[in-house]
Amino acid sequence: MNDTLANTEKKTAYILTLPAVLLVFSIILFPIFANIWISFKEVELKDIRIPEPRAKKIVKSISDEPSKIKILYKLRNSSLIQEIRDVSFQDNFPKTFEIENLDPRCSYKKYNLKCEFGNWPAKYRENFQVVFKTNDGSKIDKKNLKSIKPKLEGKSDNILLNTNFTLKNFKKVLFENEFLDLLLTTFYYTFFGTVGSIVFGILTAQMVNQKFYGRTFMRSVLLFPYVAPVVALAYTWELLLDPNSGTLNSLLLNYQIIETPINLLGQKYIEISILGFDFKLRLALTTVIMFEIWRYFPLAFLFILARLQAIPKELYEAADVDGASPFQKFFNITLPQITAVISILFMIRFIWNFNKFEDVFLLTGGASGTRTLPINVYQQGFAISDIGMGSAVSIVIVVLLLMFMFFYFKLLGKRVDEN
Amino acid sequence: MRTKNTIIFSLISTFFLIFLISIWKILATLQGLSITSFNIEILFIFGFLISLGHLGIGDKIKSFYKSIIFSSIFVFCDGFLIQKLPIWYNVGVFLILYFFTYKISKYNFISLKEEHSTQVILFDFLTLFGILFFSFVILFPFYMMLVTSFKTQIALLVNPLDFSINFGQDIKDLFKSYFVIFKSYKFGKYIITSTIVSVGTVIITLIFAIPAAYAVARLNFFGKTFLSTSILIIYMFPAIVLVIPLYTIFSQLGLRNSIEGLLIVYTATTLPVAIYMLQGYFKSIPKELEEAAILDKLSWFGIITKIIIPLSIPAISSVALYVFMIAWNEFLFSLMFLDNPNSFTLSRAIQYLSGDAETPRQYLMAGSVVVTLPVLFIFVYFEKYLVSGLTAGSVKG
Repeated sequence: MNDTLANTEKKTAYILTLPAVLLVFSIILFPIFANIWISFKEVELKDIRIPEPRAKKIVKSISDEPSKIKILYKLRNSSLIQEIRDVSFQDNFPKTFEIENLDPRCSYKKYNLKCEFGNWPAKYRENFQVVFKTNDGSKIDKKNLKSIKPKLEGKSDNILLNTNFTLKNFKKVLFENEFLDLLLTTFYYTFFGTVGSIVFGILTAQMVNQKFYGRTFMRSVLLFPYVAPVVALAYTWELLLDPNSGTLNSLLLNYQIIETPINLLGQKYIEISILGFDFKLRLALTTVIMFEIWRYFPLAFLFILARLQAIPKELYEAADVDGASPFQKFFNITLPQITAVISILFMIRFIWNFNKFEDVFLLTGGASGTRTLPINVYQQGFAISDIGMGSAVSIVIVVLLLMFMFFYFKLLGKRVDEN
Repeated sequence: MRTKNTIIFSLISTFFLIFLISIWKILATLQGLSITSFNIEILFIFGFLISLGHLGIGDKIKSFYKSIIFSSIFVFCDGFLIQKLPIWYNVGVFLILYFFTYKISKYNFISLKEEHSTQVILFDFLTLFGILFFSFVILFPFYMMLVTSFKTQIALLVNPLDFSINFGQDIKDLFKSYFVIFKSYKFGKYIITSTIVSVGTVIITLIFAIPAAYAVARLNFFGKTFLSTSILIIYMFPAIVLVIPLYTIFSQLGLRNSIEGLLIVYTATTLPVAIYMLQGYFKSIPKELEEAAILDKLSWFGIITKIIIPLSIPAISSVALYVFMIAWNEFLFSLMFLDNPNSFTLSRAIQYLSGDAETPRQYLMAGSVVVTLPVLFIFVYFEKYLVSGLTAGSVKG
C-alpha cells in the first residue's frame, strides 16, 4: 500500500517537473554543449543558413494566343558557398492544361509537373521555362496560376552537423588577439566593479539603517538604478558624459574646473600626476566601472541592510556601556556580522560582472580599452562573423568561471574549517 | 581638548554646508542661471563663522531665532552683495541655511566635551552627507533623462546648461519629442510588442513554474536534490555563453525575429528564479491542508488549483512582477534575435534609434522615459512585495 503511494508520488513529481526541466535543459544546458561543439569548428555567420533551392514563378501570356501561356521559373541556390544535391521540383496546374515542351529532366502526369534537376553547385542559377496550352481553349486565370507555389527539395550538408573538427579557434583565442590584455581588462572590470559595489553597499546600508525622516523613500530611491532598464540608463549616462555637449563637461567648464572637455568614454588613457608620480589611468575603463558600481551597488545594499537589521541590539547596548566609539562599534560589531553576506555577495557579483555584456556594449561598444571577454564573444561572433571563434571565447569564459568558483569554494571551505 | 573639538566640529559642518550650497548652485545652473564660481573661499569663511557663532551664542537666544538670523545674514551677503541672483535662488539658499543651522543646533560646548564627540559628529554628518550625496548621484541621471526629453535641439545648442522647462508653452510643443517617437518611430507598436512579450513570459513561466515548485517543495522523488541545486547553478549561468548556439539554432529553425523565439528564451531564463522563489513560499504552507485534500480524493491538479494557488497569491504576484520586470528590461537576447524593425521590443528599438547619429538626443531620452516609467511605477507601487523578493536574489543582473 505504502509502496504504491510512494510510486504515485514519484510519478506525479515527474509529471509536474518535466515540462519546466525539459524547457530549461533545451534552452540552457543544450546550448552549452552546442557551444563546445561549435567552438571546435570553423563556422562563419553565413554558413549557418541552410542552403535552399528556390524558384520564383513568373507567368507570362503569349500575345495572339490567349489559350497558351508561358511560365518562367527563376531557379537558384540560396547559398553562395554550398552545393545542393538531388534537387527535385514539383508544381501543380489546372485540369485543362497540356504541356507543349517537356524538358528531358521532367515528367508531366495528372497535371503535375515533376523534375529532377540533379546537383546545384553554389551560386547556381537557371531560367527554366515551360509553355502550356489549355485543351478546351478557355481563358487562363493568371492570378490563380501564380498563387500555386512550386515545391522544391534538395539535400545539403549542414555545416554544423559534419564531423570536421579543428583546434584553430582555441589557438587563435589564446595566442593571438591579445588574450592577456583582454583577460586583464575583464579582471579589472570585474574586480573593481565588485569591490566598489560592495563598499558602496556597506556605506548606504549603514546609512539607511539609522533612523531619519524619509527613510523608506530613500530605500526605494537607492534601488532605482538596479530596476530601471539598462538601455535607458546607459544612454542617459552617455549623454551626461558626452565631451561636446554633455552636461558634466559643460558644468565643469562653466565652473572653470577644467579647461578642455574630457572624453570620459572615448579616451583610453589619461595622465595623472599625484605627488610627483605620473600615472596612466585607463579612463574609459574607469568610467565604465563607475557605471557598473552605480548600477549594481543596490543589490549589495539590500543584502547588507537585511543582515544589519538582524543584528541583535544588545550587542550595541553592551558596547555603549563599555564606552566604545562609533568607529569601534562599526569595526568590531557590524563588520564581523556582515562578513558572511559580503563573501556571498562577492561571489555572485564577481560571476555576474564577469559575464556582463550589455553595460559595456551600450556605453562604449568595447572601444577605447574596454573590451572585455563577453564583448569579445559578440565581436568575434557577429562583428567579424566568426561563430566558431565566438564560441571558443564563450568556452574560455565558462572554464575561467568554473576555476574561479572552484578556488573560491575551496578557500571558503578552509575558512569555515578554521572557525 | 575643547578647542580641538570646536575646530573639528566647525570644519566638518562647514564642509557639509559647502556641499549643500554647491549642489544647490549646480541645480540652479541647470535652470539657466549663469553662476560661474562656487565661491568656496567665501562659503568656507561664512560656514566657519556660523558654526563658531552658533557655539558662542549657545542658549542665549532661542535656536529658532538664531537660525533665522544666521540664514538672513548669509543670504543678504551671498545673494545680494557678492552676486546678484533671482529671488527663488535666494529662497533656496535661505532654506538650506535654515536646515543647516537646525542640524547643528543640537551641538553645544557641553556635548563637545563628551567622550568620542568628534567621532559622533563625524558619523552624524557623514550620514547626512551620504543621504544627500546618494540621492543626488542616483536621481540626477533620471532627472536629466526627464528634462532633456522636454527640450528642443536648438535650445540645447544655444545653452547646453539650461534645462528649465517652459510650462507656458503649448502642450503639443512641450511633449513634441513624445509625439514624434510615437508617430515617426512607431513606438506604439514597440510598446505593444514589449507588453506581449513580458506578459506572455509571465504567464508561461507561472504555468511551468507552479507545478514544478510544488513538486520540489512537497513531493519525494529521485533526483530532487539534484534538481534544486541545478536550479541555483543555472540561475548563476551567464547568458552571453548561450547567445551563439541559440542564435545558430534559432536561425536554422526560423525562430529569429519572432515573438515566439523571445518567449521561449525568456521563459527558460526566468524559470529557475521563479521555481526557486515559489518553492520557498510553498514550503511555508501548512501540510495539513493538503492531507485533508488527499483524504477527499483531490488530484494533484485539484490540490494546486484549489489549495496552493489561492494561499500563495502574494508570492505568485511578486514572482509575476519580477518576471515582468526582467522580461521588460531584457536587452541581450533582443539584440541578438531581432533585426527586423517590425518585431522590435522597446529596449531594442531605443538601441536601434541611437545607432543613427542623426537622431536628436531628446527623442532618445523620450524613448528612455517611456521604457523606464512602467518599471519604476511598478517598483514604487509594489515595493513591499518586491524588496523581500529581491533579497531572495531574484532580479538577475
